[in-house]
Amino acid sequence: MIDFKLPSLGADMDEGVLLEWKVKPGDTVKKGQVVCVVDTAKAAIDVESWQEGTVAELLAQPGDKMPVGTVMMRLLAPGEAATPKVGAGGIEHVPPGAASPRKVGAGGIEHVPPGAASPRKVSAGGTAPLAAERRRISPAAKKRAAELGVDIDQLVGSGPQGAVTLEDVEKAAAQQPATGAQPAADRTREMRQAIAAAMSHSKREIPHYYVSEDIPLARMLAWLEETNAQRPMIDRLLPAAALLKAVARALADYPELNGHYRDGAYQPAKAVHLGVAIALREGGLIAPAILDAQAKPLTKLMQELADLVRRARAGSMRSSELSAATVTVTNLGDQGSHGVFGVITPPQVALVGFGRIAERPWAENGGLKVLPVVTASLSADHRVSDGHRGALFLRSLADWLQQPEELAR
Amino acid sequence: MSLSRRLTYREAVREAMQEALRADPRVFLMGEDVGRYGGTYAFSKGFLDEFGPERIRDTPLSELGFVGTGIGAALGGLRPIVEVMTVNFSLLALDQIVNTAALLRHMSGGQFSVPLVIRMATGAGRQLAAQHSHSLEGWYAHIPGIKVLTPATIEDARHMLWPALADPDPVVIFEHAGLFNMEGELPDIDGVDITTAKVRRAGRDVALITYGGCLPKALAAAETLATEGIEAEVLDLRVLRPLDTAGIVAAVAKCHRAVVIDENWKSGGFAAEVMARIMEHAFYELDAPVARVCSEEVPIPYAKHLEEAALPQPEKIVAAVKGLFA
Repeated sequence: MIDFKLPSLGADMDEGVLLEWKVKPGDTVKKGQVVCVVDTAKAAIDVESWQEGTVAELLAQPGDKMPVGTVMMRLLAPGEAATPKVGAGGIEHVPPGAASPRKVGAGGIEHVPPGAASPRKVSAGGTAPLAAERRRISPAAKKRAAELGVDIDQLVGSGPQGAVTLEDVEKAAAQQPATGAQPAADRTREMRQAIAAAMSHSKREIPHYYVSEDIPLARMLAWLEETNAQRPMIDRLLPAAALLKAVARALADYPELNGHYRDGAYQPAKAVHLGVAIALREGGLIAPAILDAQAKPLTKLMQELADLVRRARAGSMRSSELSAATVTVTNLGDQGSHGVFGVITPPQVALVGFGRIAERPWAENGGLKVLPVVTASLSADHRVSDGHRGALFLRSLADWLQQPEELAR
Repeated sequence: MSLSRRLTYREAVREAMQEALRADPRVFLMGEDVGRYGGTYAFSKGFLDEFGPERIRDTPLSELGFVGTGIGAALGGLRPIVEVMTVNFSLLALDQIVNTAALLRHMSGGQFSVPLVIRMATGAGRQLAAQHSHSLEGWYAHIPGIKVLTPATIEDARHMLWPALADPDPVVIFEHAGLFNMEGELPDIDGVDITTAKVRRAGRDVALITYGGCLPKALAAAETLATEGIEAEVLDLRVLRPLDTAGIVAAVAKCHRAVVIDENWKSGGFAAEVMARIMEHAFYELDAPVARVCSEEVPIPYAKHLEEAALPQPEKIVAAVKGLFA
């Protein structure tokens, strides 16, 4: 039996609310399959299972709020036999021969009294997994809850058979604090609290150091312009994708910047899962990861970046994207400032920042010219690396950005 | 007639016919025992003397024949009121009502209309046994081409006849036999419509939707519920075809719970149609499943206690309402 636990979907998450199961008892689960949707302070996340098996039991119910690490479901490992259970939540057994009252007697068909039609039961020896019971919510209650922004999953129904009624919703709405009446406002406040907790933790625990470097981008931008001219609009590459790719490539030689620091020990990561900080329209931010960024061609990286931004803003992320990042990049883009010195997201050990790409005076070989330049910065964990290595990393990043053809691969 | 006054349902029906007979020479009354006997329920007592045998016509016991005669008279320009003693006997005239009266406008491409009024008693509750206790108004309400009225108050008994006679198409009026001795206030009004449902008691917690003989039972149930803090709104459908869907939706939208009460059997009965309209038009207003109180699915028994048990009663309505609350 394998326990499926609520994973941490980021350093700032310590609990989640199960919104929906995507599997039911008896289903086969493959590695990477989305098994449920969990609401965190930031978004509704599709949570994947990293174990294979058959669903034996769903322990958490939609609406349950639980801490990270709670066992939500039990899986039978491949080959493991089911141990039948009796009772609630278990598997119902039907005694053999109990399937139908219709019997053929010696004299022909016995009279079956009206109303004694065969009860609906699974044939003898079969199993009838209990479907998760649908909550009883009256249509009017559901509609009113949506209008009032009441989370109906949190309500206890007072109607017949425990149905949630209009009155339950209106009572709950009356008890909500005036400021928390809107779910959007709620979400924003929760996210602010989550960011506050994670960042305070980071600044308290992680001895940051900072280095920065101005990187000329004339070659890279010229190459992008040339490449994009041959592509349909929808396939065009943004400078941001090239910056991400360069970071991923450069990190290959600096394992002390790419990994996780947990319980007093550093674990470098093999692949670069690049966390990308994305500002959300309603405020706050989220940093889902582009997995294996070092190995992805630039075109693919660009597609994934676009997809990630779209999904992050729509609030549909996968658990692996939220918990996997080994390093984070923050890019303040076209509208941003000259440079940025960010706060590391624990348990990561480095954060790379880019300011805006702008034309600046550039002195070279005793002359002065005007070039597009970006200020790259590194915030890194001094417990794991030193400023010297950090500076070398930025130098390497600058070098990669001078070789756009190489980056594209 | 400038003030409201008290009278019985029976008197109200009688006055309505008398008024119509006096006002329009095209109006005449035809049916079993309406003349010399003064009407099975005494609706036409004294009419033979006042209006003469030409206009108050006793018929043989042949519903098919005299309803057909009524259709012919209507086609010929008269305004007949045909009294069928009870809905039970109207089954003999179904072909004339459904196939001829209801369809003639359609079948003639609009050349002929049938301005016929058929009145009949309906319902159980008087120990007349299964063959004399049917409530089949739901059957008639199924048929396009006729209008179906169910007066349940003194004012409707008094005033529905005139607009029914004025209607260019056949109108069938079902008078519940349990209401005939009911006495009540007739308000000083000029008339009523035959298109809308009416709220007979305002409430906020549950809509009791009913018509005909069940209206007094629903009102009694509402009084009982009020003593327990549940304010029921009682909606009298009045007209089963065309059905006032907007009136039903308004009551459901106000109360968010509904119980439909009628004397039909549940299976394929009129309450089912009302519930379907609620599903179609007011689903998101519902705070509980719609319930109904109808007759038990048995032939109506003769024995008094069994008959009472088989029919909708105020206590059953109260219980159904309570089932919608926790």
